[in-house]
Amino acid sequence: MTAPATKGSAGLRTTPARAPTLGGFADGTLITLALGAVILWFAPSGMGRYGTYVLSLWLVMAIAVMGLNLTLGYAGLKSLAQAAFMGIGAYITALLTTKTGISWYAAFAISGIATFAVGLLLGFPALRVKAHYLAFVTLAFSTLVWLVMRNEQWLTGGVFGLSNIPRPSLFGFKLDGALAFHRFVVVVTFLLAVLLWWMIRSPWGRAFTALRENPIRAASLGIDTRMYTLLAFAIGSAYAGFAGALYAPLVEFIDPSPFSLSQSFFLLLMVVAGGAGYLLGPFIGALLGVVLPEWLRFAGSLYLIIFAAIVMLLLIACPQGMSGLIERGWAWITGKNKAGGGR
Amino acid sequence: MSQVLEVTNLHKAFGGIKAVNGVSFSVNEGEILGIIGPNGCGKSTLFNCILGQLEPTEGSVKLDGREVTNMRPSELNRLGVSRTFQLLQVFPELTVRENLILAGQEHQGSMLSRFFGARDAGLGEAADRMISFFKLGHLIDAKAGGLSYGQQKLLDAAMAFMAGPRLVLLDEPAGGVNLTMLGDLKERLRAINAEQGSTFVVIEHNMDFVMSLCTRVLVLAEGKVLAEGTPAEVRANPAVIEAYLGH
Repeated sequence: MTAPATKGSAGLRTTPARAPTLGGFADGTLITLALGAVILWFAPSGMGRYGTYVLSLWLVMAIAVMGLNLTLGYAGLKSLAQAAFMGIGAYITALLTTKTGISWYAAFAISGIATFAVGLLLGFPALRVKAHYLAFVTLAFSTLVWLVMRNEQWLTGGVFGLSNIPRPSLFGFKLDGALAFHRFVVVVTFLLAVLLWWMIRSPWGRAFTALRENPIRAASLGIDTRMYTLLAFAIGSAYAGFAGALYAPLVEFIDPSPFSLSQSFFLLLMVVAGGAGYLLGPFIGALLGVVLPEWLRFAGSLYLIIFAAIVMLLLIACPQGMSGLIERGWAWITGKNKAGGGR
Repeated sequence: MSQVLEVTNLHKAFGGIKAVNGVSFSVNEGEILGIIGPNGCGKSTLFNCILGQLEPTEGSVKLDGREVTNMRPSELNRLGVSRTFQLLQVFPELTVRENLILAGQEHQGSMLSRFFGARDAGLGEAADRMISFFKLGHLIDAKAGGLSYGQQKLLDAAMAFMAGPRLVLLDEPAGGVNLTMLGDLKERLRAINAEQGSTFVVIEHNMDFVMSLCTRVLVLAEGKVLAEGTPAEVRANPAVIEAYLGH
């Protein structure tokens, strides 16, 4: 089928060609991601082992938040199970690398595939229930996964967890050191971010946004809302699985506590505070969630109160999160208050 | 001239209320059929039953002779059936151009090719031409949510034509649109109908708009067909004057 506008007519005229964006391929987001990766490659210099660990943890959490940003921020599906999916990925990787000796790369792929499949199954309720009802379905799933991690001691080690999780090697080079592993995390995070960037700027991304904004209209335009709902859940969950597969060798010991329901709420906070539906939002959100508490340690026992106050003030001042605030500031500077375009 | 749409004995009840009560009609290829009737007579419910948004209690809907009753809206759209809604249904966070590309993208290739292919699904130029055709060229990169009501109505209508549909159902396209834009909209619809031979079904309360645009008019009252004929015949029908048009 062709649009009527493609047929010749005296009434049809062509608007001037639009300005190309760096050869029509790269855009500001991709350049920011590439620059960020370069900076983070060198950033740990002089930071010490703990500082390097915090930077790596930030990126790992950013991967999980990227997945939730796709599910919630772009597709508008409320999920409270992201930490549970991260736990599934972490436990699969830990079990496979410690008990079977399988390589981390295979474990990483299996973690992604398994969480994709479980996310696909969890997506089916999303075809029937919406909004807070869907959130409660995922909440129940999250609790179930956490109970399995805690109670099935024969498999997961229960509250004692799993230890001595090995870090991967790359072309024969061991990545045991904090700096080497950090750089490995930078590369994996960059690749996953670029994959998501590609997806969001493709017609899939537009369909996810349509699903969030108006699913009835989307369906009337031929968008298979069921397919895209399931995909948003499955891909978002797979990102949490990938994050878990990196988290396990980063901390080298896992137990159920980082994958509890409260952690899912914390990941949700990172999506909202960073800017839901903004591609770079997860990095800002994870920075607030992981690094800001570290910066506030000088405040001693008050740091959590200060952290909560900062987050509340941010969301009151800018409900669209930090990315929305930055976008508004940029529009004010450049005078493009009604600018459109992708996020 | 072949029948594009055939609706037979369609019923839709909400509890004890019969919103659509045994409606039958057909639409020929290239025709512009108007559906008029007082508020609450079942016009939009009829559209929603035809388009799979509501499940009819009874009756059948055929597209080009093929049974499509209860088919999902997305599947119907891919068979060439497009629509607009009574209330505005653009995507406010997307730009005008993105709204139009979105409206046609699912007709381009497969899921995989849309993932790996061009960002605009190969529809960039078609979208630009459609934007010009509906006189929205100065708003090409503006977010749809920032447009005036009339501009959003034009965009909404333009989106319905982006995939080159065989049948378009327009639900009150003139509602809330000022006189200048109304003239533009009518002119655009006539041009598309003439050039493409697209078939339209239009629900509308604006009698001048309906009578000057449509080739045939169907009048609904209390969920039933009250009258059917050319605009002149309908205008002169005493039952229609009594129930809807007034003296």
